[in-house]
Amino acid sequence: MEATPATKSPLTLVTHLTVLLLVALWTLPTAGLFISSLRDKDQLAVSGWWTALSSSSQSLQGRTGAAPDQKEENGVYVITGNLLGDTAGRVSAFGTTSREPEAYEAGAAADLGDGATLTVGEDGAYRLESPVPFESKRGQRVFVTAEQPPRFTLDNYREVLRSEGIGRSFVNSLTVAVPATIIPILIAAFAAYALAWMEFPGRALLIAAVVGLLVVPLQMSLIPLLRLYNGVAEVFGVPAKTYLGIWLAHTGFGMPLAIYLLRNYMAGLPREVLESARVDGASDFEIFTKIILPLSFPALASFAIFQFLWVWNDLLVAIVFLGAQDESLVLTGRLVNLLGSRGGNWEILTASAFITIVVPLLVFFTLQRYLVRGLLAGSVKGG
Amino acid sequence: MSAVTLTEVSKSYGSVEVLRNINLDIEKGELVVFVGPSGCGKSTLLRMIAGLEKISGGTLEIGGARMNEVPPAQRGIAMVFQSYALYPHMTVRDNMAFGMKIAKRPKGEIDKAVENAARILQLTPYLDRLPKALSGGQRQRVAIGRAIVRDPKVFLFDEPLSNLDAALRVATRIEIAQLKDNMPESTMIYVTHDQVEAMTLASRIVVLHGGDIEQVGTPLELYERPANVFVARFIGSPAMNMFPARVTAAGPDGTTVEIEGGGAVAVPIPGRAEDVGSVVKLGVRPEDLTLTDGPALYSGEISIVEALGETTLLYFTPEGGADPIIAKLPGIHRLGRGQTARLSADPAKLHLFDAEEKSYLYR
Amino acid sequence: MQQLFWALGTVVIGVVGCAGYFYVSNLVLDTLLPGRGPDPVRAGRNINRANLIRPWLFLAPAILALGIYLVYPVIESVWLSLHDRSGQNFVGLSNYVWMLNDPGFRESMFNNMLWLLVVPAAATGFGLAAAALTDRIWWGNIAKSLIFMPMAISFVGASVIWKFIYDYRAPGEPQIGILNALVTWFGGDPQAWLTIPFWNNFFLMVILVWIQTGFAMVILSAALRGIPEETVEAAVLDGANPIQIFFRIKMPQIWGTIAVVWTTITILVLKVFDIVLAMTNGQWRTQVLANLMFDWMFRGGGDFGRGAAIAVVIMVLVIPIMVWNIRRANAEMKGH
Ligand SMILES: Nc1ncnc2c1ncn2[C@@H]1O[C@H](COP(=O)(O)OP(=O)(O)OP(=O)(O)O)[C@@H](O)[C@H]1O
Ligand SMILES: [Mg+2]
Repeated sequence: MEATPATKSPLTLVTHLTVLLLVALWTLPTAGLFISSLRDKDQLAVSGWWTALSSSSQSLQGRTGAAPDQKEENGVYVITGNLLGDTAGRVSAFGTTSREPEAYEAGAAADLGDGATLTVGEDGAYRLESPVPFESKRGQRVFVTAEQPPRFTLDNYREVLRSEGIGRSFVNSLTVAVPATIIPILIAAFAAYALAWMEFPGRALLIAAVVGLLVVPLQMSLIPLLRLYNGVAEVFGVPAKTYLGIWLAHTGFGMPLAIYLLRNYMAGLPREVLESARVDGASDFEIFTKIILPLSFPALASFAIFQFLWVWNDLLVAIVFLGAQDESLVLTGRLVNLLGSRGGNWEILTASAFITIVVPLLVFFTLQRYLVRGLLAGSVKGG
Repeated sequence: MSAVTLTEVSKSYGSVEVLRNINLDIEKGELVVFVGPSGCGKSTLLRMIAGLEKISGGTLEIGGARMNEVPPAQRGIAMVFQSYALYPHMTVRDNMAFGMKIAKRPKGEIDKAVENAARILQLTPYLDRLPKALSGGQRQRVAIGRAIVRDPKVFLFDEPLSNLDAALRVATRIEIAQLKDNMPESTMIYVTHDQVEAMTLASRIVVLHGGDIEQVGTPLELYERPANVFVARFIGSPAMNMFPARVTAAGPDGTTVEIEGGGAVAVPIPGRAEDVGSVVKLGVRPEDLTLTDGPALYSGEISIVEALGETTLLYFTPEGGADPIIAKLPGIHRLGRGQTARLSADPAKLHLFDAEEKSYLYR
Repeated sequence: MQQLFWALGTVVIGVVGCAGYFYVSNLVLDTLLPGRGPDPVRAGRNINRANLIRPWLFLAPAILALGIYLVYPVIESVWLSLHDRSGQNFVGLSNYVWMLNDPGFRESMFNNMLWLLVVPAAATGFGLAAAALTDRIWWGNIAKSLIFMPMAISFVGASVIWKFIYDYRAPGEPQIGILNALVTWFGGDPQAWLTIPFWNNFFLMVILVWIQTGFAMVILSAALRGIPEETVEAAVLDGANPIQIFFRIKMPQIWGTIAVVWTTITILVLKVFDIVLAMTNGQWRTQVLANLMFDWMFRGGGDFGRGAAIAVVIMVLVIPIMVWNIRRANAEMKGH
């Protein structure tokens, strides 16, 4: 069809350009975050990530050496050194007052009065000359404007992992996500099988209930469950906010989707296979474990991915049922806290944000096929 | 004037050539049927005429004008698809009117054309229904109606009946034949792999095989004078029997051949002296074989008998495991497995094919 | 680390426990009601009885989970919404009366309606466009994968990403947020986008649209591919151009799927919480119901009555879609 001669038109070019624009809009925000997280934090603070590859101009402050460093050369007292230290860069201008930080061009001589002059070269090397000996214990303050080459570093990641608690939260997130992904699958699979292939009164009603519960907002559950958990904790004298509590909560909240997805998939399996197994004398339990479960692998995988992404990315359930104390914060919660406390420190925020999204992105790119399949099973049917 | 002309037309998908050097001239008012085994390129050829596939080489003319680059809608054709291709969200009326609406024709004209087509196809009571509320046969009629409304120079049908059950297929086939009679001016190209459809509908048949045209002719021409073994065996059911034979004498009046393990027979087809001694194939249609007590063309042990009442089919298994020899005898014959039967045929109804499997008639 | 082993241990215990439950309960059933035996009548009766009970064995854990975590809370929430802040004293409808007069609630309601109008429409629209366009080009699958990617990113992560885009520096300073950089590049003044009432709602919505477009695209693209090729070819023969084919032949055939996508996103919008919390925490008139409810749950020790009342409002807004879904599912099952 695409080969239809009539459809080869300028439209094709427009299509390519439009898609390119869409793709740019949908990837650049993330790309910007990632690039920024790798930049030097001083550069990040003064220039946009899109300039990351060009050198940035920075205002630095420094001091020359003081009286003890002076040498006498042909009756002139000289102090020399380099204002940029070890960092690479190119000085474009300098000044001696904060009012006029760019008063002199690199290489020019600044008159400091009393016959003293200061020259700062492009490489940051300075030479302070005076006909009379220097006496001040403190060196001369110098403002330089330096062009610095782009610098990329993993420092930001080191910092957030060590001192911002991101590492700890990462472990917490994993602790929440793994059991909360696996436990519901088994429970839902048995229920889905019963709903798909066993005859019993009330089946249609139950399926309708599952479909209905699919859209019940989480908000409805928060307060009653919080009270329930507190009550249980009081009665048994255990803490109310535990990992067990949140695993069970995620199991409950994920159950409708799990049952719905798996039931749809299992109901679509060929009836003949089940019937021939039954004729061969297999019981329901055997049919389920030996035939249905292996055949349903794609659906199980889809749901597992969904549930993992959902649990990993969840904020609400985690802060309500696990709490907002430092040692139990999951990544999303930590990130929200950082947004509040370190709102302007983009080097911290970008690196932290990237750490929180890197696991889902990996899951996404490696298992995308199952994700798509699951989405389609969940929504397109009967569409 | 010819309605459709194909000159050296070819089609390839990448490096795979699916049609080669197709030359064909279709006259105005003809109903031409493309037949051939599955995958031989019938649909591809039709879709190239429609403009749904690009033409890789050669020229296509419709009504005398070059059409290779003309968009489908402006070629003056209409197509009926095997799967009907009705727009599921439109009523029958809207389905038929869609093309004219796109062309921004006045409403009165559209209504008239639709009502007219509906009347011809007896679809008037269903005009306001959605396709899903129609039976398969009715849907197919809507698809045909949609073509009629376009008032095309050429109608294209791609296996329009193959989704229908046997009875409906016969009925719809007759309807299409009547439709053609009512529109003697219109040209139709019809693709099928059902040879009964081909024989009954066609004014001319084009036999395609592996991307080549094997023969073009009227149904009876193909039946009586097939150009080669492929056509001979493709047209007619059961397929023509082929006996390996050797030429013993040849002249302008006829050719004498001797069947391997059988008798000799003089066939009234002119031959050449240099053919003497060469190996050929003698073709006999099953319905041309008769039982005989005299000299036999072939005699053998019956391996299967199929008694259909109006005819009786006898199967013989020749030595060497070649295709079975079949005889189709009128009426009922009380013959059984294992009995020996002697068969002969009217020499005028025999066919001779040379080593390249080309008919002697056409060398 | 230790914590992780602990988690893995739980997984093992949980899985073994579940499997054990199903296995043992099934075994018990088979022993109590043996389906084989000397008396065929009795065996047959046993089989029938066992078949009545077995589905419920399979369903029990799931029903328990659904009951505790979804059904009971719905009922309890409604009940709590009729009580005071502690959840002890019955106060009738006064929480709802309070709500109607509360400017915070009205603001949230207004904003939520705005979200409901914009986000599903925009995400579905972009998704449809992306699906239709990517299907026509050779690198469409790569493009799809990239547009789909934000689906994997948490709302909070996406909020950080976009907050970075909206970052504001005083005029004259170098802008590191790309939006303000563009504005200044075109000669405008940088804006603190998130603090401009009314319009800031849209800056928040952009995030959800950005995330959900991929979802819409994937589903609509599958639907578009499900359209019979012949109907499109027939339309080509009828002289329709690509745009007419899209709007008059393809779109009408996927209305059902568009509705599914639309409603799915609508539900999500009603629950949107993380984005608002992370971006503005409801300041500058960006409050929405879910965040308001969260506020009331914890503000000053928490007001469970008012929080529950707001939750009930969200639930009521969801009910029409719930009913529609159930109907659709029922119709589909009858179709099988
Ligand atoms: N898009 C394509 N790419 C490559 N080869 C193709 C393509 N479409 C068709 N073919 C090949 O072209 C040949 C002709 O196909 P065509 O559909 O014309 O067959 P047909 O004669 O209509 O068969 P049938 O009776 O089964 O419909 C086949 O061998 C098919 O495999
Ligand atoms: Mg075909």
